[in-house]
Parts: sequence; C-alpha cells; structure tokens
Amino acid sequence: MTIPKSEAELAAVIADAKGALRIRGGGTRPVGKAGSGEVVCTQGLSGVMLYEPGALTLVAQAGTPLTAVEDALRAENQRLAFEPMDHRAVLGTDGVPTIGGVVAANASGPRRIQVGACRDSLLGVRFVDGAGRVIKNGGRVMKNVTGYDLVKLMAGSWGTLGVLSEVSLKVQAVPEAEATLVADGVSAKTAVSALSAALGSPYDVSGAAFISDGGKALVRVEGLAESVAYRVRQLQADACAGWSVVEADSSATLWSDVRDVRPLIGREGAVWRISVKPSDAPNVLEKLGNPEAVCDWGGGLIWAVVSETLNVRDQLAGFGGHASLIKGGGAFSSFHPEPAPLAAISKGLRAKFDPRGILNPGLMA
Amino acid sequence: MQMPDPDRAILARKDRIVARLREVLPADAVISDEAETRAYECDALTAYKCPPLAAVLPSSTQEVSAVLKVCHAEGVPVVPRGAGTSLAGGAMPTADSVILGVARMNEVLETDYANRFIRVQTGRTNLSVSGAVEERDFFYAPDPSSQLACAIAGNIAMNSGGAHCLKYGVTTNNLLGVTMVMMDGAVVEIGGAHLDAAGLDLLGLICGSEGQLGVVTEATLRILHKPEGARPVLMGFDNNEVAGQCVSDIIKAGILPVAIEFMDRPCIRATEAFAGAGYPDCEALLIVEVEGSEAEIDAQLERILAIARTHNPMELRESTSAEESARIWLGRKSAFGAMGQINDYMCLDGTIPVSQLPYVLRRISELSKDYGLDVGNVFHAGDGNMHPLILFDANKPGDLEKCEAMGADILRLCVEVGGCLTGEHGVGIEKRDLMVDQYATEDLDIQMAVKDVFDPKWLLNPAKVFPLASSAARRMAAQ
Repeated sequence: MTIPKSEAELAAVIADAKGALRIRGGGTRPVGKAGSGEVVCTQGLSGVMLYEPGALTLVAQAGTPLTAVEDALRAENQRLAFEPMDHRAVLGTDGVPTIGGVVAANASGPRRIQVGACRDSLLGVRFVDGAGRVIKNGGRVMKNVTGYDLVKLMAGSWGTLGVLSEVSLKVQAVPEAEATLVADGVSAKTAVSALSAALGSPYDVSGAAFISDGGKALVRVEGLAESVAYRVRQLQADACAGWSVVEADSSATLWSDVRDVRPLIGREGAVWRISVKPSDAPNVLEKLGNPEAVCDWGGGLIWAVVSETLNVRDQLAGFGGHASLIKGGGAFSSFHPEPAPLAAISKGLRAKFDPRGILNPGLMA
Repeated sequence: MQMPDPDRAILARKDRIVARLREVLPADAVISDEAETRAYECDALTAYKCPPLAAVLPSSTQEVSAVLKVCHAEGVPVVPRGAGTSLAGGAMPTADSVILGVARMNEVLETDYANRFIRVQTGRTNLSVSGAVEERDFFYAPDPSSQLACAIAGNIAMNSGGAHCLKYGVTTNNLLGVTMVMMDGAVVEIGGAHLDAAGLDLLGLICGSEGQLGVVTEATLRILHKPEGARPVLMGFDNNEVAGQCVSDIIKAGILPVAIEFMDRPCIRATEAFAGAGYPDCEALLIVEVEGSEAEIDAQLERILAIARTHNPMELRESTSAEESARIWLGRKSAFGAMGQINDYMCLDGTIPVSQLPYVLRRISELSKDYGLDVGNVFHAGDGNMHPLILFDANKPGDLEKCEAMGADILRLCVEVGGCLTGEHGVGIEKRDLMVDQYATEDLDIQMAVKDVFDPKWLLNPAKVFPLASSAARRMAAQ
C-alpha cells in the first residue's frame, strides 16, 4: 500500500504507476468489484485547510478523517448538511471514513430530500487524474458557474476518474431544535402516502422514512424551537394525524439509525440500494416479496435485504429507477448497468480522465 | 470581442443547408432571410452582434434531432438558444452557425404533486413553470431576475441562480432529469423522477455546460410547496465592513434567510432617484427576507434584528404589511433599471468569499476612480455573488473598451481573493478570455476533453467558454 504524503507525491505515484491502482480513503465502503492492483491510500493527505463559519465553507484534504471535519464543525455549532451515511455498520467494515471517501461515494443521508446530496454541498475539488495531472474545478464559493461542473462529476465517481486530493464543502448551522413524528404499525402504502403529504406541505420536512420492521413511519422537522413546535402541530393536524412526537437526542438517534440502515444489520441475504420514484416504493416492495426494508427520502430510496439469488433489477422493470448491490449477492454487478448511449458517454469520459484505465478499473462496471 | 473567422465553405453552401433544414421542418420553422435572422444576432449582451446563417424553431425533440442530424452531416455549427436573455453572450451566433431556438417547445408534459416534480419542454419560461403548479400552491424555486422571460433551457445551460438560492439552491440542485439531443441527433435520457441517477453524475455535468454538450429539450424539475408567508427587513449601515460582518453573524447564528441582498451607496442613490422606495441615504443597505408562518417569521426576525442592533445600524425597518414589503423590495428590483437610466451599463457576476467583501468593495471603488467610470454594487450577500454595474457611454468612442478592461480587472480581483469569474450568468463569450485567470492549462484541458466526448466535431455553441487560443488545436483537429 502506498500512502502519499502530499498532492505532488500522489501525482507522482499515479504518473509512475505501471498497472492498475486501487484507490482507498478509509476503506470503510468496499462497494463494487475490488479488482487487483496496488492500493493507493489518501490518508496521508489530511487536515482542514480552511474553515470560515461565517461563510459556511470548509476546505479539507481528501484523507482527513470525517470525524476531524465533524469535530471542527461542531465547535462552531455547524455540520455537514447532507448527513453522510456511515457504511461500516451495514457492511461490517472497520476503519476511519475520510471526507474524500464520502465525496467519492456521494454518501448522503435522510436530509437529502431537503438540502440535496453530498454533490449539492460540494463546492470544489482538487484531484489527480489517471495520467498524473493535478486538476482543480469549482472553488470555495457558494455560487460558481465558471466552466464545466466537474465537481458534480467527481462526486460519486468512486475514484474511477481521478483521485481526490482536496474538497471544499458548503456547511450548515445546527438548528436549535428537532422533532420527529412517529407512526407505528402502518403499511408501506399508508406510510409512503403520509410521507408524500408531509413532504408536499409548507412545513420544510427534513426527513421522511419508513422502516418495515414494526411498520414505523418517521417525519422530521428542524429549526428554531418555535418553528419546530408549530410545524409539529400543523403536521399532526393533517398529514401525520395521530402520530406521536419524539424530540432532541431521541429524534437524532432515530435518524442516524435510518441513515446507516441499522434496522437491516445482521439479517441474512443481499443488501440492495434501490432508487425509485417515491410513490412506487410500496409496489416495488411488494414485487420484491415485501422484504425487510428501510425506505428513506419519502420512499425514493429503498434499502432492502433479499435472497442472495434474487435479481432486483429484473423486478424493477416497468418502474424506472435503478438498483445497486451493496452487500452479498455475488452473481450480480454492484452498479446498475447504464443504458447503451450513456454507457458510451461514461466510457468516453473515463478514457479522457484515465487514458491508461488504471484507476479502480472495472469498479463501476 | 474576437470571434473565429466564419467558414467560407459553409457560407457558400447556405442555400443547400437551408433546403435540407426545410426538408425536416415545417416551412415556418426555418428562418433564412437576412432581415429576419437579424432578430437572432445577439442576446441580452447587446454590445456584440452577428446575424446567424439561419435560425430554426423546432417543436419537438424529434425535430431537434432531425435538425442536428442535418447540421452534423453538413458540419455546420449550432447555437442553442432559449429566450435569448443571456447576459454573457451565451447565445451569440457566429456568421456560419444555425440558431436552434427552443421557444416553440413550451408544453408541460407531466405534473406529479405526490412525487413533487414537473416535466416540461425546455422552451417554457421559468416563471410559467411555477405558474403551472400555482393552483396547488407549489413553485419552482430557482428565480433568476429575468424569470418572466428566460427559458428553462437557458437556465439549465447556465445553471442559473436567483435571489432566493441561499435557501433553495440553483438550477443544478433542482434538476432531476433531462432529455437531451446529442450533436449527431441521438436522443438520450439522463435521470428522471427518482432523486439520484445511476452511474456517473452526467446530469450534474450537463447543467451549466452552456449548450456545448447537447441540446436539452425536456426537463424534470423539482417543485416545492410554497412557504406560508415571507417578510423582508431593511437595514442601513454607515460602513460596508459592518454590513458584511452583520451578514456573517446572521449566518453564523444558524438562521437561514431565503435572501440577503446588499446595495452600496451609488446604487442606493441611483435607485432612490429612479424608484423612490424611501431607502435611507447610507453606505450599505441590506434586505434580509425570511419565510414561514407569521409566528415563525416573528421568531426569526427577532433574532436577526437583535444581531443587527449589535452593529449599530443607521436604520432598521421591519415590514408590517404586504405594501411595506413591496416597497422594501422595490428599490432592489429596480436597481438595474435605475442604473440604466443614468447610462449604459455592464453587469458583472463574480463571486467572492463573503469575508472578502469589504476589501473587494474598497478595491472596486479604487478601480472606479482609476478608470473614471462609476460603479454601483448589488450583491447576493449571503452567498458572495456580486453584481457590480459599471456605467459607460456606448456612444462615446473608447468607453466600451475601457468598461471591458475595468470589468476584467474586477473579475480578476474576485479570483485573486478566492472567488470566481461568474456565479450565475455563465462564461459565454464575455468571460471566455478570462478563464486562464481562474484555471491552469490542465484544468481547461480536461474540461475541453469533456467536450471532445460529447461533441467530437466541436459544432455546439462555438467560441464560448474556452479562450480561442486554448481551444484552437482541438477545433482544428475536429474539422
């Protein structure tokens, strides 16, 4: 394993590489075909380089432990808005997640429905491409349309287009209060329809999930204490009539469990991550034989545990959307195959960013 | 503004090219008469003009595909055009190009309140997207100030923002999917009604690519329920630095207003003379708007006003009625018109880290003295997106050139302090040659390599985004 200590060293390692490289941050998200090749680890590139709480911006080297970023933010009562998922629980991995790994996986949590995914908070990147060239795109300001947006392209590219060396992120103030409305023993259909009504209200819902175990539906609101109290009342009067209320730390725990799909931990089978139109969720679950599932994003993101041999993608036909295999199910590819015209574009881009095809080759295929 | 020499072979083949376009489009959808093509000679950056070879107005994705196949086969450059409101020359033609206008494609294709999206043809105007979902109290969030006229196609091409993007984000944060026609006529679907697309984030790459990677004909957009209400507060300060500190303190306190707008003294004076909104005569003025129910608005404004008071404002004016709210916004909304009354102006669009605000304003006023041109500053303060308006006289020989030089200096200043050339208008032709000030050769090369993938013949929206010298070799190789 090579651990470059600087961006220049990283560039040299890649430029001099004789064969395939496996790119690693903290190694906590081993999704996709592992492939062979020497491991290049970014943990030597570590440190928060700039943090301006008044401008809501933070710049960190890619190998910075996520906890170091979160600690710096917490000291100013701020946070990453997109609630990055921690894959360790569901994948049974250990190690230290890095901020670069979060970006490379576009790891995003329940608040995605309100504030967007990791890619929506990502303001700028520096990376080394497959030819060893150091490239920057975007910057550290919140609005930037200068040239093509490679920042979005790098988010969720799993180290296949370039190795991130530095990321800048927009951050968010921690709100004064949070509360979650909870319903128990409801069906997926009832839950998703209530989540949809809550998300279609003016009450700025920041989480909307369904957990099949116990038939639990959750709706979160955050903000000033007065706002949270008011919105809870309004939602209870309509979309969430009869639901109970959980506040503060107990509410936060509910959502970290949803974020990390803890209700699925330890269950037998393959874990799939399915992205669909939210209202399709109950029908998709039925098609899959009503497996144990966590539905986040109002139903738009389904985490399901199914038989190792079930091809979830076949069951999605007619619904649209896509499915990634996160754990188990060895016979199927991890990433959803792209339609031919898009696959051709992706292939073309990979050939430009990584002409020798050495960065995590085949990982996203 | 230097543009590439038109391809004489294309100019010579005009009749044949037009005839082929007429074969695939209805007669009234092909414009080739020189008097009529003049309508497309520029966009809202009117300082630069050039009539195109022809203009076409297709009505469907299939017609767009047919047009692009013809142009691809003929090797004719294509300039996609939404409503022509670009302030950066994003839809400026070259003499050998065909303008592809999407204005006739303005249908709503699908509205889905349960899943909170709308699918439209991209010629539809920004405001009429919100209009289509207003009956259920929904809206489409990005609100560029040209929203009455500008088309979704252009919003996607430039990744447009607006005054309220502090809370709701810009176009790319509200775009779920597109139907796009590639330069060779192939139709591709990217994303859709689900929240994230599979594979690489091509949608994020398309948005803001200034019409150089494909022609987006249909878009799936996120819609939201309207907030229960909104209310602005106006603050006047005798010092820019203090106003900047106040913005920073509000943001740090964890309150997220939907908009924080800033105006400096030259701009305040001009708008007062023009619109008479009753603004105080001060150095810096902030308009801060919050949303929610009446009680929620009260709670937020109470905290915001408490922060403002610690900075000794000259004036604090909380709106108590819809009429007062309208008056507070009146001056801001007429700022561009007011400056235009005084003289011709050039509107810049750089973004800076908010912490650099006082320094940048001081440097701009120094540049203003050096060049002898007046500048007013209007500013989305929450996100650092500046709009300096440089006044000049288009009829005075040399004034435009002086204004361009000063604008370039201001944009270089934005880059120097850690910001960027353009926050929401796009590069177009206007900032094309300044790209080398923000990006190193490798940074530009990889962006141009992306274009190579999508448009190997370099036919889509020529002479925009990349300095001509930087792209020369690729353009030559593509021919």
